[in-house]
Formats: sequence, structure tokens, C-alpha cells
Amino acid sequence: MIQSALSGDMPRSRILSFVLATILVVLAFAPFLFSGSQPINTAAKICIFIVLVASYDLLLGYTGIVSFAHTMFFGIGGYGVGLALYGWGPTWASAGIGLAIALVVGAVLAFVIGLLSLRVRAIFYAMITLAVASAFAILASQLSEYTGGEDGRSFRVPQLLRPGTVLFDIPAIGVRVDGRVLSYYLVFFSALMLVLAAFRIVNSPFGRVLQAIRENDFRAESLGYNVVYYRTVANCLAAGMAVLAGAMSAIWVRYTGPDTTLSFAIMLDILLMVVIGGMGTLYGAVIGATLFILAQNYLQKLMAVASEATAALPLIPHLLHPDRWLLWLGVLFVLSVYFFPSGIVGKLREMERR
Amino acid sequence: MATTTARPAPDELPKAPRDLLPVFIPPILALAALPLVGSPTTWVTLTVAALAMGMMIFVIASGLTLIFGLMDVLNFGHGAFIAVGAYIAMTVLGPLSGWVQSDALTLNLAALFLAVIAAMVGTGVLGLAFERIIVQPVYGQHLKQILITMGGLIVAEQLIHVVWGGDQKPMPLPNGLRGAITVGDFALEKFRLLAVAVGLTVFIIMQLVLNRTKVGLLIRAGVENREMVEALGYRIRQLFVGVFIAGSALAGLGGTMWALYRETLTAAIGGDIMVLVFIVIIIGGLGSVGGCFLGAILVALMANYTGYLAPKIAVASNILLMVAILMWRPQGLYPVARR
Repeated sequence: MIQSALSGDMPRSRILSFVLATILVVLAFAPFLFSGSQPINTAAKICIFIVLVASYDLLLGYTGIVSFAHTMFFGIGGYGVGLALYGWGPTWASAGIGLAIALVVGAVLAFVIGLLSLRVRAIFYAMITLAVASAFAILASQLSEYTGGEDGRSFRVPQLLRPGTVLFDIPAIGVRVDGRVLSYYLVFFSALMLVLAAFRIVNSPFGRVLQAIRENDFRAESLGYNVVYYRTVANCLAAGMAVLAGAMSAIWVRYTGPDTTLSFAIMLDILLMVVIGGMGTLYGAVIGATLFILAQNYLQKLMAVASEATAALPLIPHLLHPDRWLLWLGVLFVLSVYFFPSGIVGKLREMERR
Repeated sequence: MATTTARPAPDELPKAPRDLLPVFIPPILALAALPLVGSPTTWVTLTVAALAMGMMIFVIASGLTLIFGLMDVLNFGHGAFIAVGAYIAMTVLGPLSGWVQSDALTLNLAALFLAVIAAMVGTGVLGLAFERIIVQPVYGQHLKQILITMGGLIVAEQLIHVVWGGDQKPMPLPNGLRGAITVGDFALEKFRLLAVAVGLTVFIIMQLVLNRTKVGLLIRAGVENREMVEALGYRIRQLFVGVFIAGSALAGLGGTMWALYRETLTAAIGGDIMVLVFIVIIIGGLGSVGGCFLGAILVALMANYTGYLAPKIAVASNILLMVAILMWRPQGLYPVARR
């Protein structure tokens, strides 16, 4: 059953399987394992970013396209659902219509950008998406009467998902199942479904063609595959998945704004997650996103301790300052592109083969 | 091609056809904006501001486009050089504040000159290190290049935070360059005129070097066909390292000017302008210096006019400009032969 759920693409490493199983179990029972809002926030964020990073891996790892517009689609999802809930009231219908509009806008935009630049070279596409995405981010914060500008929009979610809605208590473990827990499971199961769908896509004949294009687009073309068509479809699929991730994020944080969805910093985060986890395998997205978000939340605390411990030395406390955590992940990123381009997952699989 | 070898060689090589059509676009754009803006004085101010901004963008973008043309490397970390150059200039201008605040223009310019030289040397050395450590292992692999230079950008930006701190810094203009010169009704800001002069100088020197010297000949030949130049016994690698250093130094110069123009400085300064730089080199045609020059002027004109007429869509207008030009010429205004 697991075999078919994962579309036959098994982890192929004992350590990896163990880690993945742990992540799955912890995420599945997060509301019951931890108390307080910080851990469950972290868990929800991990779910959302796993989807986002997996959709990006579809482009970068499987098709060999570098896009810097992925946060744009993430933002379209967030704004679509967020603004619909804000403008048309907190009902399921407005969330659904908002999501539908966002999906259409995202797919059309991905299609147009693809037509404009995918027939040329990888570098062209990277530059054009960078320009378009930053223009979109600026536009979103400029059109403040619609989007709320820099402040973004806070909105209410449908009744069932609000923290005030208490369904029932489980006194044995002291957990109250309320709207928040329900939202978490909405996010979790959406993420699970989307990741399994992504597995289905990359292991289908269509996914094989994408990999062929990644390895040698000229040869794929010679074999009779329309490369531009496949790239464009992959682009639209990835965009649609990013839109869904954005919608999940909007439902969970009940807020949408340029800093949380559109900023270039998030784009860099996604890039780091994909590369550190492992390009060209969806397990890499799971590992990368989990590791990165844990680091974001907990590495900083560790660094604060280290920074204080070395306070007497010159420069080193500055290097270890909690705000500099991205420096170390950046170094790790550069090193991993050089020395293990297949990321943590690739490394683990290699160890298994020996 | 094969048939031409049989014919007797003509006495003179035929002149390369000149393609002047794109040259007319900026004046047409400027004239079209005149009735929309309305008042001629505002229009002149906007146009001069646009030319100044265009020159700064050109100084930054020219190095990037040459590096790409010669070695097929697109350095996404270029933005870091802009920021590092500006920070070095700020550090040099700090102790020279006596010269900066003096009313004598010569002292002002001397201070700026020292700052710019320091910035260019600093970013040039950084460029050398960047080429050696970051870019060298990934020649010919585009995907890795994009990723690795992006990684370099992250690390460099974080190191700026470590060295200079993360808060916004003031970058005061020297006294002698503040204010404007009035010619009739038109007020022309001094620093903008200086920026135009510097940009034009860089463009002219670059054209002279590229078209009138042997190094320039080799660079142009390398852009056209790298393997052939290597086969003729030239070490194109050294040439490339030189161009990389020069391009990085130009980014330092441009960054200093850009920071002085904005009069404030943050570590993210490079990111803001890099978007325009990328649009410029796409519009100009990857690898083409002339196209880059025209593209920079076009983008800056567009940004300034729409910034005045409809500020909310200023950046989006440049995307539209890029789309329009790519529909007309899919490889940019001046496509470089092989690509």
C-alpha cells in the first residue's frame, strides 16, 4: 500500500525512511504531542513549506528550470483566499471562489511567463522571473486600497476553523479539539495529499519526460518531445501547487501580507531548502523544509548561547549573532551545491549503497 | 559560407551593417512623454534625472553583461558588489568628513575620488576572490552557476551585516554637489550632471578599449567565438578574470554613485537596483555593451516618467517595456551573434 501511495518511489535508505516516518508521525499528531502555540505553528509551517518546496522541486530538481517567481504564486494563493475572506465575509464559499480565482490567475501568469521565456535559455528565465516577481511584490504593496499595502490584511476564517469553536475535549490527555486543531488537520491533510500527488506526477511518464529534459533538452527534443510544451505544463503545475500552499498558509495564519508571502527572502529560503534537502527528489523537499524551519526557530536560540559564550573574543560573537543564522545556512548552501549536489537525501542514499 | 572561399578576396572587408533603429527609441519615448507630463520644466528635470539614473544603471550593468558575453556566466551575486562598493566608499568618506563638508568643490571631488578608487579596488579584489572560489568550479553548468552565485550573494550580504552592522547608514553628498544649477527656467541638480558625466566617460572608455585596443579585440572575439580565440593561442581565462575584476570594480563605482544618489545605505541596496539591471541587460541583448547603454537609458526614462505620472505602476511599466521589446526582438535590442 505504501508502495502505491508513493507511486513506487521509495526512500531507498534506512536512515531516510526512519527520519521520514518520524516527521510524518510527529506532524500527524502534533496537536496532541505538544502544548502551546509555538510548536504547532512550527508544525503547520513545516507542512506548508513542504508543499511549497516540493512544487519548486518539480521545476528546479525535475525539469531543470530556475525560477525566482515561486513566491509570487505563493502570494497569489495567499492573497486570493485572504482578500476573498476579507471582502466577501468569512464563509467557505468566498474562500473557495478566492482560491479558484487565484488558481486561474496563477496558471495564466505561469503560462504567459513560460511562453515569453521558456523557449530561450535557463538564465533568461531566471532573470525574467526575478524581474516579474519583484515587480509583482511592489505592485501588491502599492495597490494598498485593494491589498492593504505593506500592512497586509488580517481576516476571519469560516466559523468552524476559529479558535473559539470547541468541538469536544479529550480529558485523558488534556487536549481540547477546537477550530485551531481542525485548521491544523486541514493544512496537514492537504499537504499530505498534495505531496502524494506530486509523487504521482514525477513518477508518471510525464515526469520521466521532465527528467529527460533536465538531463538533455536537445536530446529530448530530438526524441520527439515538445520541450516547450512540457516545460510550460510543468511550470503551470508547479505554480498551481504553490498557489495551494499559499492558500493553506492564509487559512492557517489568518493574515496575508507582502512580507509573509511575496518577499524575496522567502524565495531564498525555498532555494536553500530544496538544495540542502536534495534536488530532484521529493524526499529532499520534506527533509529540507523540516530542517530549515526547525533551524529558523531553534538554531537562533542556540546561536544566541554561543554568541554570549564567546563574547570576549573579537568578531566571532558577531558571526554567531542569532540574526546571522542565514550566513551559516548560506555557507552550507554553497558547500552543498559543490560537494553534494543531491543534498542530504542523495548523501543518505549513497551511504546505503556502500 | 563555403562558397565564399572560392571567390577572390575583396580589397576591403565589407563594413558591418549598422543597426540604428533601436537608437531612436529613447528620444521617441522622451518626446512622447512630453505632452503627458505637460510642463516643459518638469519634463527636463525628469529627463535629466532619468539620464543620471540610466548612467548609474549602465555602469553597474555593463560589467555584468560583458562577463556574461565572454564566459557565459551570469553572476547573480553582482548585487553584493554594489553594496560592498558603497560600504567601502562610506568607510573612506567617514574620516574625510572635513573634505566632504568643505565648500571647496576640489576638496569635495578629491574626497569622492578617493572613496571611489577605494570602492573599485575593494570590489575588484572581491571580484577576483568571487571568481576563484565561487564561479570557477562551475563553468559551463548554468543551473549550478545561478544557484552558487545566489548563495554567494546571501553569504556576502550577511557578511556586510557582520562587518558594518545591519542598520541603515547615512551617505551624505558633499556640500559642493548639493543643490542645482539653474539654466533659464530649468533646474539641473549638480550630482545628476556628475553622474551623467561619469556614465558617459565609462561608456566612451569602454567603447575605445573594446574597439581600438588589442585586448578589446580579443574580448570581442571571445564573445563571438571563445574556442577560436583559444585555438589562436590566447589564454582566454586570464582575459576573463580581468573582465570579471573590471566588471566587479564597475559595480563598486556604480554602487557608490547609487548610494550617494539615495543618500542612505543598507545591505539590501544591491537587490533594489539589480531588478532594473536585469531588465536592462535582457532588453539590451545579453552580452552587448551598446544595447546595455540604450537599455539603461530606456528603463530609466520609463521609470522616471511613470514614477511621475502614475507612481504606483512604475516598476510594472518596466516589465511591460521589457515584454514589448522582447516581442519585437526576442533576443534583445542588439543580439550577440552566437546566442
